[in-house]
Amino acid sequence: MSRAELMGLLLAFIARLITGAQGHWKGCPPTAQQRIYFANHQSHLDWVLIWAALPKDLRTMTRPIAAKDYWTSSPFKHWLTHEVFHAVYVSRQRTDDQDPLEPLVEALTSGDSLVIFPEGTRSNKGDPQAFKSGLFHLAEQFPDVELIPAWIDNVQRVMPKGEVVPVPILCTVTFGAPMHLESGEDKAAFLERARDAVIALRPRVN
Amino acid sequence: MGSLRSLDPDKQVALLFAILFGTLMLVSTGAVLYSLRDRVGEAGEAWTRFLRDLRAAWVGTLLFWLAWLAGPIGATVLFGLFSFLALREFITLQHTRRSDHRTLILAFFIVLPLQYVIVALRHFDLFTVFIPVYVFFAVPVVSAMAGDPHRFLERNAKIQWGIVVCVYGLSHAPALLLLEFQRYEGRSAFLLFFLVIVVAVAQVVQELASRRLRRRPVARQISRSFSFRAWLIGAVVAAWVGAALYWITPFKAGQALSMAFVAAATGTLGEFVMKALKRDAGVHHWGNRSSVTGAVGLLDRVAPLCFAAPVFFHSVRWYFRL
Repeated sequence: MSRAELMGLLLAFIARLITGAQGHWKGCPPTAQQRIYFANHQSHLDWVLIWAALPKDLRTMTRPIAAKDYWTSSPFKHWLTHEVFHAVYVSRQRTDDQDPLEPLVEALTSGDSLVIFPEGTRSNKGDPQAFKSGLFHLAEQFPDVELIPAWIDNVQRVMPKGEVVPVPILCTVTFGAPMHLESGEDKAAFLERARDAVIALRPRVN
Repeated sequence: MGSLRSLDPDKQVALLFAILFGTLMLVSTGAVLYSLRDRVGEAGEAWTRFLRDLRAAWVGTLLFWLAWLAGPIGATVLFGLFSFLALREFITLQHTRRSDHRTLILAFFIVLPLQYVIVALRHFDLFTVFIPVYVFFAVPVVSAMAGDPHRFLERNAKIQWGIVVCVYGLSHAPALLLLEFQRYEGRSAFLLFFLVIVVAVAQVVQELASRRLRRRPVARQISRSFSFRAWLIGAVVAAWVGAALYWITPFKAGQALSMAFVAAATGTLGEFVMKALKRDAGVHHWGNRSSVTGAVGLLDRVAPLCFAAPVFFHSVRWYFRL
């Protein structure tokens, strides 16, 4: 077993110890189909949590998106995102000649699954913010890839902004039913529908 | 009994486990056969409850076996892990604020390991006061440092409570394993077993009695089955079971009877208190109800032990001047 695999197992173990990282597959079974998981974004831990909630054989084919400038700035960060998580790098600076979605398109073409946070940024309070249009463009280009909404619950309590040590609190990731772009559906309507699908998965408050 | 006593402690313990697992196996086989019949309504609900209890008994026995296999240090680590999981479950269901973060880190990563280190080192005098004295003081200090006066007392009380039940209470179980009686070396596993079996018997008998008696519940809002008479029946039956088991303990029959009564009575009352807490948090069972994977509702299983273990431990220590 390589060092990267060991690191992966260790991180998944820590995530489970701290948060339980339970995956609730409400709308679809955890199968090795090509998928785009899209979820609410509240914390830096979101990706690790989704990743730990996936069955082991799905982890290798499911890739996160990482900001190129930050996650390649040191050898360790690069190793962690590239070797352990197989991240897809995107650059945050817009250049005219390059489509920012190109690396994602490349990954989907080669058959990998992706996890994206369509809000673009972390939101700490209440409902998720409006979704960015990237999800729509990917859905348009890859009609056969299943779009799976997911709700990550409780994670903001584990590590609030500005803290470095996580507190052990049980978190869940709820995966919903696959959705697709309807024929003739316009961008705003689709993004609204996708956001509603994510919010609908939020566990009921007791 | 004479030939049993002449066996060496290890063999006695092994025999105990053989009997225990054999009984569980028999009950489970019976349950599988019985489950072939259809049940509706209230009977179905009681059946589900029975299955849950049976599973708890399996988990408990396995845990106990593992603790014995692992030796005193292993058992301490094992119970430390259960403390961690129980506290994690408890805190998850309480409403905590962002400013509680540091206090929770103190609880999980400093208080919990320290308490178990103190147990493992057998510093029983420090062990009994560490949380009630020092941690009781440290928690509000750290909380106040966070500078958030909003619901200060309430937030602190919740965390203190969680620490006392999940860490302080449960850490008395490995402490029993480490308690040294004269002429009782190598057999302290029996003492923990005695406690667990007595508490479990009290729970089961109380449950059966309350179903039979159908007395008016003491506190309908908290538990629709808890009545004084059922509670007393549970504790008395458990006391007699304890007395019958006196030969595995360092107690004489009369001592075993009263120790068992104390442990059983506190265990079932502790369960009752936990029910009130659950109602307050708005859940039926601890752990995630909608859970398909993972969550076990560990707190439900260990709560009676969390309450019974400290009382049992202290009464034993006080009575025998250990």
